[in-house]
Amino acid sequence: MLGGAAVTVGLPFLDCFLDGNGVALADGAPLPTIFANWFFGCGLNPGRWEPKTAGKLVDLGPELEPLRPYMTKVNVFSGFKVPLDGKPAQPHITGKIAVQTGIVAAAGQKTALPSVDTIIADTIGTKTRFRSLEVSCIGSRNSESVRAGNIMNPSEVSPTALYTRIFGPDFTDPNAADFTPDPRVMARQSVLSGVKDQLTDLQGMIGSADKVRLDEYLTSVRQLEQQLALELQKPEPLKSCTVPQKPAGELPPNAEVTTMQTNHRLFVQLIANAMACGQTRVANIALTEGLSTLRRSGNAVIHHTHTHEEPVDPKLGYQPNVTWFIGTIMSAMADMIATFDGFREGDRSLLDRMLVWVSTETGYAKVHSTDNIPTLTIGGANGRVKTGLHIPTAGDPISRVGLTVQQAMGVPVNSWGSDTMATSRTITEILA
Amino acid sequence: MVKKIAIALAIALTATGISHAATDEPSASRMHLVGMRRITQDQYRQIIADVFGRTIKLGGRFEPDQRDAGLLAVGASQVSVTASGFEQYDDLARSIAAQVVDEQHRIVTVPCKPRSGQGADDACAGNFLSSVGRLLYRRPLTQRELTDEIKIASDVSDRLHDFYAGLSLALTGMLESAQFLFRQEVASGDASHLTLDPYSKATRLSFLLWNAGPDRPLLDAAEHGELDTPAGLDRQVDRMLASPRLEAGVRAFFSDMLGFTAFEGLAKDPVLYPKFSARVAADAQEQTLRTIVELLLTQNGDYRDLFTTRTTFLTPLLGAIYKIPVTTPDDLPDAWVRYEYPQDAEQAGIVTQASFVALHSQPGRSSPTVRGKALREVLLCQKVPDPPGNVNFALVQDTNNPDFKTARQRLTAHRSQPTCAGCHKIMDPIGLALENFDTTGAFRALENGAPIDASGEIDGMKFTDAQGLGKALHDNPAAAACIVNRLYAYGIGRSTTKDEANWVHTDLTKDFVAGHYGIEALLRGIATSDQFYSATKPEIRAGDPASTRLASEGLHQ
Repeated sequence: MLGGAAVTVGLPFLDCFLDGNGVALADGAPLPTIFANWFFGCGLNPGRWEPKTAGKLVDLGPELEPLRPYMTKVNVFSGFKVPLDGKPAQPHITGKIAVQTGIVAAAGQKTALPSVDTIIADTIGTKTRFRSLEVSCIGSRNSESVRAGNIMNPSEVSPTALYTRIFGPDFTDPNAADFTPDPRVMARQSVLSGVKDQLTDLQGMIGSADKVRLDEYLTSVRQLEQQLALELQKPEPLKSCTVPQKPAGELPPNAEVTTMQTNHRLFVQLIANAMACGQTRVANIALTEGLSTLRRSGNAVIHHTHTHEEPVDPKLGYQPNVTWFIGTIMSAMADMIATFDGFREGDRSLLDRMLVWVSTETGYAKVHSTDNIPTLTIGGANGRVKTGLHIPTAGDPISRVGLTVQQAMGVPVNSWGSDTMATSRTITEILA
Repeated sequence: MVKKIAIALAIALTATGISHAATDEPSASRMHLVGMRRITQDQYRQIIADVFGRTIKLGGRFEPDQRDAGLLAVGASQVSVTASGFEQYDDLARSIAAQVVDEQHRIVTVPCKPRSGQGADDACAGNFLSSVGRLLYRRPLTQRELTDEIKIASDVSDRLHDFYAGLSLALTGMLESAQFLFRQEVASGDASHLTLDPYSKATRLSFLLWNAGPDRPLLDAAEHGELDTPAGLDRQVDRMLASPRLEAGVRAFFSDMLGFTAFEGLAKDPVLYPKFSARVAADAQEQTLRTIVELLLTQNGDYRDLFTTRTTFLTPLLGAIYKIPVTTPDDLPDAWVRYEYPQDAEQAGIVTQASFVALHSQPGRSSPTVRGKALREVLLCQKVPDPPGNVNFALVQDTNNPDFKTARQRLTAHRSQPTCAGCHKIMDPIGLALENFDTTGAFRALENGAPIDASGEIDGMKFTDAQGLGKALHDNPAAAACIVNRLYAYGIGRSTTKDEANWVHTDLTKDFVAGHYGIEALLRGIATSDQFYSATKPEIRAGDPASTRLASEGLHQ
């Protein structure tokens, strides 16, 4: 029914009311826990990033040095691997698929399993305007976020486009004094309802693979319905929500380092704003792709090519150009932490209710190693995750980290991964 | 209410002379959905232009297409619509629908006039929605679909007191429906031999030849059963091959096969290569497409001559890259100019054009290995295996090493490692033949002061330079077999089955050879074959209900 009284709207913007300080809900529960996936390619130099001691984080390898100000908010996991079990590795692909989806894909095979972020989004992201947001800082529409059936959530490559998507005409400011529902929104709801109903004609004539694809399409239709439902009700005020200005200084997206750093800062700021304003609870930030195409202006060789071709400097003991790129990536990570940590919500920070999972696809990129793949978590996830720890292992499957991240975010799962990646061993040391 | 609308609709259809009413409901028990391909960006744009005219602006963004088995056309059978993608389709649909019914366009796009602009008019709405719906869904709407669409238009028109607002929203729904966004191919028959229904045949044919949805004459032919008879099918194929729209179809296929979407992310370091720009990248693609159209359509030439042709087209911007002066009329500074390379020029054929050598390079330098891999995979349809793990690449292209000044010397050193030799042997000798072209496509005789040796060998044929490589590709049977296979897979939207592959490699390839390697003959061979319109029953995996159903909670949430 349009424009009348009998309009069914979706779930409320937040589950219940906030307390007077804007840091917790009225019943004392904290603001919702949120998740971000932060991905970079081509790994780190073995021996140069791992802390020396296990347990409390008291030192960092030189490559993690930019994270020193945040040592109490970070967990470092070392020695985790992708056990290939005789399967040939597809360079930069096998590792990425394994870390994100818990399976070692056979040669040429694409995964059909969902990535960790989408599992988390389906658990905590169903009530927000955006189930998740994906961005790429080097201009690629690809992302690490894959839903069942190998359906990839594409990345935004322009901070301005992301701004418009979140804070453009369809945004409802939770702190605005006035609220007038637009009757056209109800009309659009009826259109989407019709779009879904028409699919019933395909019942009984469809194969399994296409069913997965149509179900994904239906999920997407429902997500837009959810957005429209939210537009029809006045959201509860969110004290820490500030509507940002349109991002300034965006550079045309490409893999040049200064461009990557600039657009990354703008993206992270927008994601922080979006999360504080209750627009999403899950974000995927791809600093680079697995095969990192980062480049320095005026230099003929890209990061990935350096990892394979650059000789190890005998005096330094590492590849100087590769290490320079690693330095830019680690600085970007420190920028990201600073932004989330600096975003205040009452006497706490946005990072306090976040879990950021940092991952890459390779150990030692020079030889396409899938051993000792660096991975970190950042933030306390509303007290669910202990921080300031180094967890070393001697070759455990890296799926243990993916499993633990899911459990920390409330996904009801006891085991995760397939074949050599199958595990039910939570990293209990970091769970509160 | 529904009955009333149906009656009103029947009257309207009769009154406006539309030749067919909405069809009966499909009989799901005998029909199978055998293909579901998401339409590409280019196809979406083309359909909107065909149905509503070129003045409708498409300002939004699209979900990225994906490549599989060398083709976006195959990837289209595997993608869905993500949440962010659906938001974008919704933006596009609302923008298009608003333009279609605005005061400027409605005179042409909505032929009937409503009784009143301030409320519903089911007959007029039904007239419009059934007419455009047939073009958008590539078949007549079912009775239920049409009734539902009219109801949406009617409700919204009354509620908002605006006939065109209702029409616009109903059209929005069509434009974001799975029926429009996916080419749904339906087939029937016994399990071992399914045949596409006439509208699915029309759709397959139209996208193959024109990269667009079926036009009204083709839909009429489908409706009257003409596509089920050899003579009727021939008539339509003849008509479509003779149409100027064939060029768009041929361009679309080659853009897909040659991987031109990769140009979207292609950048060259502006400090090292200041002449290369997004405009040059666009011109590079257009140069190759013009070369192809000239040879294959205008001249009705031999496909293999694309590897040796000296005829091409240039702009001043491309001339600056190739170091060829290109003069254009004063009032048309960006005009395309036909150009014949001299007999002794290094450039000949499409693999020496920037669309190949610049696309298959790194941002700061050429890459014989990447180019060799592309030659094998894109033009010869041969798969090069992935590199093994634990390989030391240190010598490959350390351009500062005084002992290995050229790419050839560095790669030779790398190939001395046994684990690398096998694959590099099939890539490097052909990629090195293009080393006279830098990462932007510019000619160079030296690298780091040392002369470039562009000699090589492919599948037993030796050559001394890029021209020789072109001749070797021309004479390599794999090149002709590749185009036949790719074009067929492009048409059916998936890799060939074993039986199809046999037919493609024998009968269809023989026809191509007998037709002097002409593209029109090949398209005709595909478009008039039984194989092109046959299908296999979709697989239902264990665990799915016997008659697979969509998530029911999804439909009624």
